[in-house]
Amino acid sequence: MVPVPPAAEPDPSDLDLLRRAGRGDWTAFEGLLARYQGRVFGLALRLVGHRQDAEDVTQQTFLSVLEHVDQFREEAAVATWILRIAANHALKSLRKRRGLPTTSLAAAEDPDDRYAALPHPRFIAPWRELPDQLAERAEVRCLLDQALAELDDKYRVVFVLRDIEELSTAETAALLGLTEANVKVRLLRARLLLRERLTEALGDEAARVFPTHDHG
Amino acid sequence: MTCEELLQALNEYVDGTLDLSLAECQEFAEHLAGCNPCQIVVDNIRQTITLYQGQQVYELPAAFQDRLQQQLRKKWQEKFPRPT
Ligand SMILES: [Zn+2]
Repeated sequence: MVPVPPAAEPDPSDLDLLRRAGRGDWTAFEGLLARYQGRVFGLALRLVGHRQDAEDVTQQTFLSVLEHVDQFREEAAVATWILRIAANHALKSLRKRRGLPTTSLAAAEDPDDRYAALPHPRFIAPWRELPDQLAERAEVRCLLDQALAELDDKYRVVFVLRDIEELSTAETAALLGLTEANVKVRLLRARLLLRERLTEALGDEAARVFPTHDHG
Repeated sequence: MTCEELLQALNEYVDGTLDLSLAECQEFAEHLAGCNPCQIVVDNIRQTITLYQGQQVYELPAAFQDRLQQQLRKKWQEKFPRPT
């Protein structure tokens, strides 16, 4: 009889790794680290904008994960749990660097949190290339980082958590101490501001159109 | 629906969330069909999000990666000490 080769082991799920790590399995913890360190570092870098601070945030994040590895409450996805810890450390770092009190990103009465004062699109033109062609070019990657870095903290934070890390509106609101309505307005502003900046660089000048305000 | 109203409801439309009623969705689609600038703005925003979501994962600097690993290992041994 020909022995049947063992089926290839599927990659363990995040939850498997976390459970094993919680019982003291270092290799499983290393597996989680390998899976999430790039994502955590990227989140930190986008939020705090300084490499050194981003390294500190990454380190604090995994130290927190390690410390609580045997207390994980399984109602949250492992990814969400880790990203939430990372976002918390990043926000602390950001506030510290800005010399701000911990509540400042959540200023309750921010006049910009109203729909009435939305910035109107100015440069309106289809892009010269499609996103997948653009994504491969180094100068476009620089443009994306730069445009994001130029956003006001309060908009950048919401865009990173919602659109890049894909946390829910409720999770983002809870992390930032904002209402869900405020998160939505800030996300809209962030998107409009980034659209403007990217279209200035990537839009087809010859196909530019101008808003007509005469129809309703 | 005016361009201004469309702008305010943009998130719901782009995200396809259920906050829009069927009637609102239809109004939205009708406006877009007759308004080239708004159509382009919606496309631009979708492409902006796509670009950011498609960014490659950042690499940790090698020296930092080593330091991180060492420090975590040390903490690990404090948390889960091996019986001697
Ligand atoms: Zn319009």
